[in-house]
Amino acid sequence: MTTLIAWINRAVWFGTVIMFGSTGEIITERSGNLNLGVPGIMFLGGFAGFAGAYYYENGTSDPSAALIILIAMLCGMAAAALGGLIYSFLTITLRANQNVTGLALTIFGAGIANFFGVQVLNGGTSVKASTSHAVFATPIPVLSGLGAIGQIFFSYGFMVYLAVIIALVTNYFIYRTRKGLNLRAVGESPATADSVGINVTRYKYAATCIGAAITGLGGVYYVMDYGYGTWSTANSIEGLGWLAVALVIFATWKPVNIIWGAYVFGTFFWLYNYLPSLLGITLPNYLVQLTQMIPYVVTILVLIYISAKQKHESQGPAALGQSYFREDR
Amino acid sequence: MSDHPKIPAVSMRGITKRFGSVTANNHCSLDIQNGEILALLGENGSGKTTLMNMLAGLYYPDEGQIFLDGREVSINSPHDAFSLGIGMVHQHFKLVDVLTATENIILGIGEKGKLDLKAAAAKIRSICETYGFDLNPDQKIYDMSVSQKQTVEIVKVLYRGARILILDEPTAVLTPQETDRLFTIIHNMKDDGKAIVIITHKLNEVKRISDRVAILRKGECVGVYPTSEISIQEMTDRMVGHKVVLNIERPVPKTPPEQKIFIRNLTVVDEDGLTRLDHVSFYMNTSEILGVAGISGSGQKELLESIAGLQRVQSGSIEYKDDSGNLLELVGRDPLEIARLGITLSFVPEDRLGMGLVGDMDITDNIMLRSFRDGRSVFTNRRTPKKLAGKIVNDLDVKTPSLATPVRKLSGGNVQKVLVGREIASAPRVLLTAYAVRGLDINSAYQIYDLLNQQKERGVAVLYVGEDLDVLMALCDKIMVLAGGKLAGIVDPRVTTKEAIGLMMTGGAGKEEQKNG
Repeated sequence: MTTLIAWINRAVWFGTVIMFGSTGEIITERSGNLNLGVPGIMFLGGFAGFAGAYYYENGTSDPSAALIILIAMLCGMAAAALGGLIYSFLTITLRANQNVTGLALTIFGAGIANFFGVQVLNGGTSVKASTSHAVFATPIPVLSGLGAIGQIFFSYGFMVYLAVIIALVTNYFIYRTRKGLNLRAVGESPATADSVGINVTRYKYAATCIGAAITGLGGVYYVMDYGYGTWSTANSIEGLGWLAVALVIFATWKPVNIIWGAYVFGTFFWLYNYLPSLLGITLPNYLVQLTQMIPYVVTILVLIYISAKQKHESQGPAALGQSYFREDR
Repeated sequence: MSDHPKIPAVSMRGITKRFGSVTANNHCSLDIQNGEILALLGENGSGKTTLMNMLAGLYYPDEGQIFLDGREVSINSPHDAFSLGIGMVHQHFKLVDVLTATENIILGIGEKGKLDLKAAAAKIRSICETYGFDLNPDQKIYDMSVSQKQTVEIVKVLYRGARILILDEPTAVLTPQETDRLFTIIHNMKDDGKAIVIITHKLNEVKRISDRVAILRKGECVGVYPTSEISIQEMTDRMVGHKVVLNIERPVPKTPPEQKIFIRNLTVVDEDGLTRLDHVSFYMNTSEILGVAGISGSGQKELLESIAGLQRVQSGSIEYKDDSGNLLELVGRDPLEIARLGITLSFVPEDRLGMGLVGDMDITDNIMLRSFRDGRSVFTNRRTPKKLAGKIVNDLDVKTPSLATPVRKLSGGNVQKVLVGREIASAPRVLLTAYAVRGLDINSAYQIYDLLNQQKERGVAVLYVGEDLDVLMALCDKIMVLAGGKLAGIVDPRVTTKEAIGLMMTGGAGKEEQKNG
């Protein structure tokens, strides 16, 4: 039982990181921008959030919890949105190839984060913002004490619940509001959107930058809670970033599917650590990496399934990955 | 017409629009009245669509003024046009496939408040009732036929409160029945006091529906006439500037026809299990143009693609007699091999793009698509295709800035000329063409007919799938009528009547509708 709960906890923590990443990426992709810079944006968000909290925590004798949260989240979102802005400028205004730009952004984001990370590390291999981590990891009071139920549902930091709320709000926005309808039209057929007076460029910029900001929150959560408030020279944020991109496809571009999909991915990813002990067996080392591959395999299966089914709604935005030239109409 | 002069709904004065060195419209002046249907007639590239695009806000005139109800206006964007009550239905529909009719119709409307799809659908239903549209607001666009999509486009502009409607070649993609239905609706809108402009080059439609006709030639307004006071011959003359002989030649071939392709019991079943061709048997002769008549979707496309090897054939045989008299079975053969035998296919699809030409490549490169395999070296030879491209551009009068212009930047008619010109230039033994003159103006169409006749005299077996019965009757040596995938009969156009063919075509029409429904 304890192992099972620990597995669920681990899956939820892990899932929350990619839930932020995928929700942001869905908003971006709905505008027709395939931003493969998700890992880089998470890097930017994670580092900026950590640095903000770390310097605040160490710069004041009595750090306030509210300010830690505010500073970490604002810094993270701002840095991530900046990454989105770079991507937007290159692909929308300069019409650079989206795939190439996205991959470059991934390398750029990791590079920038590690470059400034040296300043924070100050010669060491890792630093910890303990107070900030405690703030981010504080479970829900009272409810988290309710035995197994409390452990499974209420033992997490506030960002776990924030991720679910943002995914739900995004879903409502995309399917139930005028602006959401316009956004979908921009991603499906920018020429059509343009012909009815929707400002395609503005929608693409807004969706990419807001999407990046939400993706960046995944980085903030990764460092502040999932990673125990530690910034180090080695971290696995990039791998989670790619999983977030895969999850968008797995969820067939629908934010509600992200919520359960993220937890499923988390469960599969940590399967190697918990399932063997649940079954009372030991997993040889070389199988660990293989089992961590399961989310990717599942995503490929989903891709095959949706393309075989040929359901238009599951195919993703029709104009995804294409730059829009007005003269081409 | 009332006695005192009415203030026109739209008044365009001295409109000039240039694209680089090309003048698309030169000091055009035009009035459009409320409650009238104005036909805008002109050849391809005469500037009809450009002129109307300036009303729709897609282009901004370089010179001239536009007045609405006597007030000067400036239309800078489609949004401006909508708010002034101008709506244009373009030739290529602007619709989002995965959205429903309702979502497409309300798209981009800057209304405040919650998105209420039910209220919007109710408003759409009431518009449909008023004018007689048949539309399901909850249907997705990808489930719709071309005619249904057009309905969505028209309702879209009406929903936005348009009182001036511009329809760009609305009948180009419609069946005769759908055209009738559209014309009824256009009349209803006219009775409702709307000003309607129809861009077209089908003279009989101008006669049938319009109150007045404005004729454009090479970007200039030649004149506006009450439709009842101008004959088809006069319209043609003013449109092309010189007299066009309306008779199509049907030369007697110098060499007697010989049987070239034998088709026996050809049956094609599509992915959805519908029988597209049902035991069709006929043969094609050399030195002969075999016309194919039929309502669109009666199996024409499947027939052509079967012969060209692009279609999976359920049963039946297609035999080709080569020069030494050997019979070759074409079913199951590779399309490339069939093309090598000298069988070429030029199919102009409903949307005129996408089949046979690569939009982003220029004319020379598109011509190379046919010939690059013949090259022996690793490198392609561009010199010969370039010469050929120049010849096609010259002979067929393709309007293009240069040979290096991507074909997607050419107008629809010019794209078609390149397509047909290329197929003919490969000196085929069997030439399959479908809708070769679709959307072409009279002059270009006659050039195509001449080309087909030249091929016939060369001894080529020509299969011509056409839409216009008058043309089929005048051009072809034999006419094969398809109805719902079945062969309704093969007739001699010299002795039969249009009405008789029309009757054969509709023989299977009821069945076709059942399939779709």
